[in-house]
Amino acid sequence: MRLTEEQQLLRDAVRVLADEKIAPRAAEIDRSATWPDDVRRLLASHDIFAIPFEERHGGLGSDLLTLCLAIEQISRVCATSGLILAVQALGAIPIQVAGTVEQQDRWLPGLASGEMLIAFALTEADAGSDPSGIRTRAVRDGDDYVINGTKRFISHGSVADSVVVFAATNPDAEKASRRLSAILVETDRPGFKVTRVEHKMGIRGSPTAELAFDNVRVPVANRLGDEGQGFAIAMKTFERSRPGIAAQAVGIAQGALEVAAAYAKERRQFGKPIAELQMIQSMLADMDAATEAARQLLYAACEAIESGNGDAARWAAICKLVAGDAAMRVTTDAVQVLGGYGYIDEYPVERMMRDAKITQLYEGTQQIQRLIVARSLLAGS
Amino acid sequence: MRIVVLTKPVPDPAAGAERLGPDNRLDRAASPTVVNGNDEYALEAALQLVEAHGGEVVILTMAPANGTETMRKALAMGAARGIHVTDDALAGADLPTTIRVLAAAAGQEAFDLLLGGLDTSDGAGGAVTAGVAARLGLPLLSTAAHIEPDPAAGRVRVRRLSAKGYDLVEAPMPAVISCTQALGAPRYPSLKGIMAARSRPIAAHSLADLGDGLAPADGAWATRVVAAEPPTARAAGRTVTGSATDAAREIADFLADRRLI
Repeated sequence: MRLTEEQQLLRDAVRVLADEKIAPRAAEIDRSATWPDDVRRLLASHDIFAIPFEERHGGLGSDLLTLCLAIEQISRVCATSGLILAVQALGAIPIQVAGTVEQQDRWLPGLASGEMLIAFALTEADAGSDPSGIRTRAVRDGDDYVINGTKRFISHGSVADSVVVFAATNPDAEKASRRLSAILVETDRPGFKVTRVEHKMGIRGSPTAELAFDNVRVPVANRLGDEGQGFAIAMKTFERSRPGIAAQAVGIAQGALEVAAAYAKERRQFGKPIAELQMIQSMLADMDAATEAARQLLYAACEAIESGNGDAARWAAICKLVAGDAAMRVTTDAVQVLGGYGYIDEYPVERMMRDAKITQLYEGTQQIQRLIVARSLLAGS
Repeated sequence: MRIVVLTKPVPDPAAGAERLGPDNRLDRAASPTVVNGNDEYALEAALQLVEAHGGEVVILTMAPANGTETMRKALAMGAARGIHVTDDALAGADLPTTIRVLAAAAGQEAFDLLLGGLDTSDGAGGAVTAGVAARLGLPLLSTAAHIEPDPAAGRVRVRRLSAKGYDLVEAPMPAVISCTQALGAPRYPSLKGIMAARSRPIAAHSLADLGDGLAPADGAWATRVVAAEPPTARAAGRTVTGSATDAAREIADFLADRRLI
């Protein structure tokens, strides 16, 4: 797969920035588990947030693959920082796919510049893989909705300026998939509250919040798409957001591979660098092959999704499934190559291994991805 | 203000792929190139001056045909346009020729300031910026750590690194300034800057475009590299062990014996 000149230029620029400005921060971001607002400002000032937005909104007008190249390069050195771009895209996609021109003109410029952050709030304590269990309600009252309920595991929930909330507006609809609506809620509205920020195994600098909505009043004009379309909007969003998680996974794997290969050349046992031992070479080769296979699949998926291919959900699921599993395996093996040193925080691979795990969990578990692939496969005659 | 900045493509130090050709000169096709480090500091200073006083930054490069790739990196930082002097007859050019050619190209621009890095990381002649000033008959303010132009008065002041600290020197514009890293670190190009740089103009000039007699015929350079040798390997270092106090005393004695402290 050949990248365009523009894609290569943008990727290389992001790589330099990641290596020189973000990599030195990664260990501290993880250790302190604090939101790296300096990285957000860095991404903003270099127009990296602008990648997936149209030029009329201050964006670069680049495609999904270019966004994934940026997420990959940043995640190579810091998965928390790479996720900043992925979460911003996740929150913006519902506006891009279902928003009116007025809504897009109102909200997208702030997201493209990186001055405003957005979160995507679908999951609840009892509704993760199965969104039909969503209990958050949005009740129409004149020109407003009044929202009540609690969302859980919301990436950037505590730092976002707005949240796309999926709430039941039609709880009695016959089809579960017609019960939800997507509503943009500015987080300074009365009744919105961050009730908890999780302590996590990985992506520790990325705040994952529980959000409470207590009679939050929002204009009907903040609804994205029609009433009852929320589930469809969420699924459409995942078709374009899951490749971002696959890119994060590929980046993490690549970062771990590079650390392991460099270490193997330095570390001497039995009188020679361990890189000269076939058992180590075998592991490194498998790590490289798995990473490259996931990367090429991701790039192909981006092209297929961008082309308007009717199979977008399948491509998105396949690339996240393969990349997430590759990242977990590659980072685990990287720890193995480093031995005891891999298990301590003097080296970054233990962090990468912890970070990799989330890519098998969020934006649909690997089991949900397989469900989507199997459904797509078996739907045809 | 119009500021011309000399920007030379040099082998990327990060790539570690530098190689000499059969003539003992750098094989410019062997390694990916970047903008010379010191030139990036000069460019950053120029961009900041233009941001403060208005005007444009023009980059001037003498390089093989593919030098435009590296020039785009300088344009991405914010320069408005480029001048690319490229001619097969200049391959392996010596310092006097390089100076004559760059001076001729710069002389076609009505600039207020011409900035160049103190030296380049490949040839390291360290004479080009000063030579261009001499060739153009312009004042040279060397080893600049701070640049303060006064466009209304047509003068420029430079804080210049000296052995004892700083000298404050002043000259009428146009003037030539050789730049040090004390000016401040260069910016990283923004993605929009990179995109914009793709359509910024780069004017190509051949030797003939710049006038006659700038380069000797047939590459008969005034100097030639007769041999190139890698430095001799360093002898093994000495390791000091023992308690912190003893080790510190031993190191201090070692340095004192050599009159280093």
